Amino acid sequence: MSRAVTIPAILLAPVQLIGKLLLEFTSELGRFGILMGRITKELGAIFSRRELFIRECVRLGVESLPLVLLVGLFTGAVSGWQLHYQLEGYMPFDMIGPGVFKSIVLEMGPVLTGLVISGRVAASIAAELGTMKVTEQIDALESMAISSTRYLAVPRIAAMTMMTPVLVTQVNFIAIMGAWFVTTVFLSLTSSQFFGLIPSFFDLYDVFSGLLKSLFFGMSSAMIGCYVGFDASGGAEGVGSATIKAFVWSSLTVLVLDFLLAMILF
Amino acid sequence: MIISRGIKKSFGGKQVLRGVDMQIDSGESLVIIGQSGCGKSVFLKHLVGLLDPDAGEILVDGDRISNAKRADVYRIRMKFGVLFQSAALFDSMSVEQNVGLGLVEHTKMTKGEIDKRVAECLEMVSLSGIQKQMPSELSGGMRKRVGLARAIAMKPQYILYDEPTTGLDPITADSINDLIIQMQQELKVTSIIVTHDMVSAFKIADRLVMLHLGRVIFSGTEQEIKTQSIDIVRRFIAGESEDKQVVTHYF
Ligand SMILES: Nc1ncnc2c1ncn2[C@@H]1O[C@H](COP(=O)(O)OP(=O)(O)OP(=O)(O)O)[C@@H](O)[C@H]1O
Ligand SMILES: [Mg+2]
Repeated sequence: MSRAVTIPAILLAPVQLIGKLLLEFTSELGRFGILMGRITKELGAIFSRRELFIRECVRLGVESLPLVLLVGLFTGAVSGWQLHYQLEGYMPFDMIGPGVFKSIVLEMGPVLTGLVISGRVAASIAAELGTMKVTEQIDALESMAISSTRYLAVPRIAAMTMMTPVLVTQVNFIAIMGAWFVTTVFLSLTSSQFFGLIPSFFDLYDVFSGLLKSLFFGMSSAMIGCYVGFDASGGAEGVGSATIKAFVWSSLTVLVLDFLLAMILF
Repeated sequence: MIISRGIKKSFGGKQVLRGVDMQIDSGESLVIIGQSGCGKSVFLKHLVGLLDPDAGEILVDGDRISNAKRADVYRIRMKFGVLFQSAALFDSMSVEQNVGLGLVEHTKMTKGEIDKRVAECLEMVSLSGIQKQMPSELSGGMRKRVGLARAIAMKPQYILYDEPTTGLDPITADSINDLIIQMQQELKVTSIIVTHDMVSAFKIADRLVMLHLGRVIFSGTEQEIKTQSIDIVRRFIAGESEDKQVVTHYF
């Protein structure tokens, strides 16, 4: 017994820290689970309160469009350029089109859109709901016998789940256009060289699985944004750290989900 | 009738309420006083089930709201109107939408009927015609009064007022006092008012309750509170600080 006491504090400190972080993480996960349980029970609100759902689709989805399209355009342009550089001297340039198509549709389109959404949507949901929390607006809503999850979380999560695949479809399209533009305007390809082989490599399963992944990215980002917002406390500073937390956790979740879904889908 | 039985509440090791026992009769107007930070707002939140106690329970007309199922909590909450200390108006909604939200969510009233009721409520707090303004465009006192309009819109049975007159000029404050009295007399609502303003407290209270160190240390009428001998209570209503003697020493 007495020997245990002699372990120097410096050796114990990291163990204590890890233990504390683990406990905190577990309790957060628990609270997240409880919130999600509540939200699942109230999913019917998408239909009964359609105007809230539509408003969030417009606010979170449509207004994200310019940013994600810009990201898509540049990503496509870069991947066209890079593929040209990589294939030069090894393979015919006809392969650039299918190469760009596959990498965009399978990976780049959904993941980059997911990351942009983590930054823009998850953080803004967390900031908005966090502000409502610390200024007692959530309490006010609840005191009026209006469920804050039904009124605030359900429409946001449903909207993002539905809108992200729509966004990704557009990102995919504009990214391929971006690749086509740089390879035909700045490099030596013709349009028929670029598009020629795409149909023979086209696989609906690729497109579908990319969109399915993005659906999960949108859903997880909105869920994390809502959870972190509802969990915020302590004034403007609390809202600030909630915003950062939402961004960090939702982008990490996008990357982890991407990996897990890749293992399941392919 | 609301009954509070032994409500205890701690926040992260800090015990705020240490067993609050109280009975609030229907139709009465109860004023809760107590030092800043003694847990008055926390207690009000227990009454509507926004906070659940660590021990004890709140019964509203015999129904337990503390630690109850969500559906029950919402059903009981329909009896309440709450004016928050910070007004807590919904930033993203206009004044009209703020006041009308409960009606939109819980009644089958038409747009026209809702507009009419909203106008009525705004008139009661002397703020006619500001329907289209946003909360950010209002002064602190105006926000308070819009919060009050929102609290009364659903014609609740119980109204909780958390510092309804703080930050208002004396004349507006007095009109709010009159409104509280009028609501109680004409609509038979039960009012529970937290206030630091002893003038309004004596004007509106049927009964006063003082919270101190997480417990009720006094409960009685204006007459009783003015003649009782508990030192803290006497000093509170006279507005004397505890270390007054020490302070005067320095001058
Ligand atoms: N959600 C919370 N988390 C942690 N502590 C809290 C919370 N709400 C209230 N408290 C603490 O409880 C105590 C009582 O707060 P409360 O707001 O009820 O005081 P009050 O009596 O209303 O004061 P005032 O007259 O200034 O409004 C305070 O010390 C406060 O820090
Ligand atoms: Mg208070």
